[in-house]
Amino acid sequence: MVKESNISLQLRGADLGYHGRVVLRDVNLTMLSGEIICLLGPNGVGKTTLFKTILGFIKPVGGTITIDGTDISRFSLKDFARLIAYVPQVHHSPFPYKVRDVVLFGRTVHLGLFASPAESDRKIADSFLEMLEIEHLADRAFTELSGGERQMVIIARALTQEAKFIILDEPTSNLDYGNQVRVIRKIKELQRQSIGILMSTHLPDHAFMIASKVVVMDNGSLYSCGRPEATLTPETLKKIYGVEVQVFDAPPYGASSRKVCAPIINV
Amino acid sequence: MKGLSLILLCLLILGVVSLFSMGTGRYPVSLRALLSWFTTGQSTDENLPIILFNIRQPRLIGAIAAGGALAMSGAAYQGMFRNPMVSPDILGVGSGAGFGAALAILLSLPVAGIQTLSFIGGMSAVLIAVSISKTIGRSHDSVLVLVLSGIIISSLFGALLSMLKYVADPDDKLPAITYWLMGSLANIRMNDLIIILPLLVVGSIPLMLLSWRLNVLSFGEDEARSLGVHTGLMRVLVILCATLMTASIISVTGIIGWVGLIVPHLARFAAGPNHRMLLPTSFLFGGIFMLVVDNVARSLVSVEIPIGIIMAILGAPFFLWFLKKTSKKSW
Repeated sequence: MVKESNISLQLRGADLGYHGRVVLRDVNLTMLSGEIICLLGPNGVGKTTLFKTILGFIKPVGGTITIDGTDISRFSLKDFARLIAYVPQVHHSPFPYKVRDVVLFGRTVHLGLFASPAESDRKIADSFLEMLEIEHLADRAFTELSGGERQMVIIARALTQEAKFIILDEPTSNLDYGNQVRVIRKIKELQRQSIGILMSTHLPDHAFMIASKVVVMDNGSLYSCGRPEATLTPETLKKIYGVEVQVFDAPPYGASSRKVCAPIINV
Repeated sequence: MKGLSLILLCLLILGVVSLFSMGTGRYPVSLRALLSWFTTGQSTDENLPIILFNIRQPRLIGAIAAGGALAMSGAAYQGMFRNPMVSPDILGVGSGAGFGAALAILLSLPVAGIQTLSFIGGMSAVLIAVSISKTIGRSHDSVLVLVLSGIIISSLFGALLSMLKYVADPDDKLPAITYWLMGSLANIRMNDLIIILPLLVVGSIPLMLLSWRLNVLSFGEDEARSLGVHTGLMRVLVILCATLMTASIISVTGIIGWVGLIVPHLARFAAGPNHRMLLPTSFLFGGIFMLVVDNVARSLVSVEIPIGIIMAILGAPFFLWFLKKTSKKSW
């Protein structure tokens, strides 16, 4: 099988913000399909602004954002939605759509203007429900699900969209510990589908678990960027969060080992 | 209940209620006489064809069309505004139409003039609201700005309407305006239907075709966009179609509230929230509901009660009962 060449999403000297007021200055970032990038930074640092800009909801104040060399503003809404899918933080639907329908909404971009999903679209949706192990929820109402279940459904919807990149805005917030681990595991699995993933999180441990690259934001710009083991040092964590954290190797499990964080409580 | 069987059941009920409705009134017609007129086109009673063809048939079709169109546009509006408390009135079509009709009555225009001005009034109120929201809504939540613009335009036309009522001759013009605003199906004639039925078709076809995208739109601006739906364009299309349907109906019936707010809820309960099923089901439910209420309105007492009044008096307790019955289920 021929390996698909990587698609790249690049921000070059991008100044991001609203109505000409810059929130994030001079952002340089390259993201490849098949890569998991974790975004860390204190509240209000501009993670959501970065997401909204990459998703094309707001225009960059300066600099460029390109996908394989083409500026994102030059894509049609439809072409763009086939490139980037979005998993927002809160999911509200005032109406109790069935989970299967919610996942099928991901197919919209592959349909004609007046069309509705065909049998083949249903098969695709079902396959992703199965992959995320939530096929038992298919006939439940989306509004009746727990937070963790909703998160999985929206991830399934993003996969059904079959985009090259998925942006997840704090996919583990509001989830209990078990669900957090489950969501993180599934995101790790997505890497094998050569999808590029950009997710924000408040837990540095998440980055150690799955990230191929971590981006640390502080004070209106990217503070540092690189492999999690090299980037998330006690010094960096102290700098951006203002608390002391120990970082050490967890006991190995099988062949793999990774670093973990332990904040210092008795100062 | 699954899609097609629900639609078929609705059609069956609609047929039964229609038959009943043709026979009911100040001049009762037996089922046997009705059926023989339908099948042979002949009747021993010479009044019967005139009553059925000239009076009851246009009213029957008018009631179904009015209830159906108001309920369907209500369902579309609720989906688009992501709010189950919205009715087709929210962007000012009712007060615009009311102002247009009052102006025509004040100018002593014939019936066709009243209908035309009312239609123009209803359409323009909504178009003004939409264009205002487009010009000032750049930096705000666009749905919020749209609703606020609608409320502002609505109250502006409401004030203009009050002014017309204030200067209207209290002996003949003012009652005429007041009765128009109460809404009635009594004045629908076959030649009105010939004009509005095509308008309803023109409005409902795009809504049906866009129904899948309407589902996606109810997840909100950003999510819908990231799913590849052109939210701004969709919104304008849905508003135009739903308003076209509502304004055409109101122009011949006057203001009829309630149906557009309540019936979509009943339909959503029976058919689920997917607009592909919800829109046609709302239409059928609305038609049945309006027909039943109209039968009550014209046969309860010897003087016909304006349908808007019956609608609210019957609708309020019914809806409260429904709300209580379904309060455990989200919809």
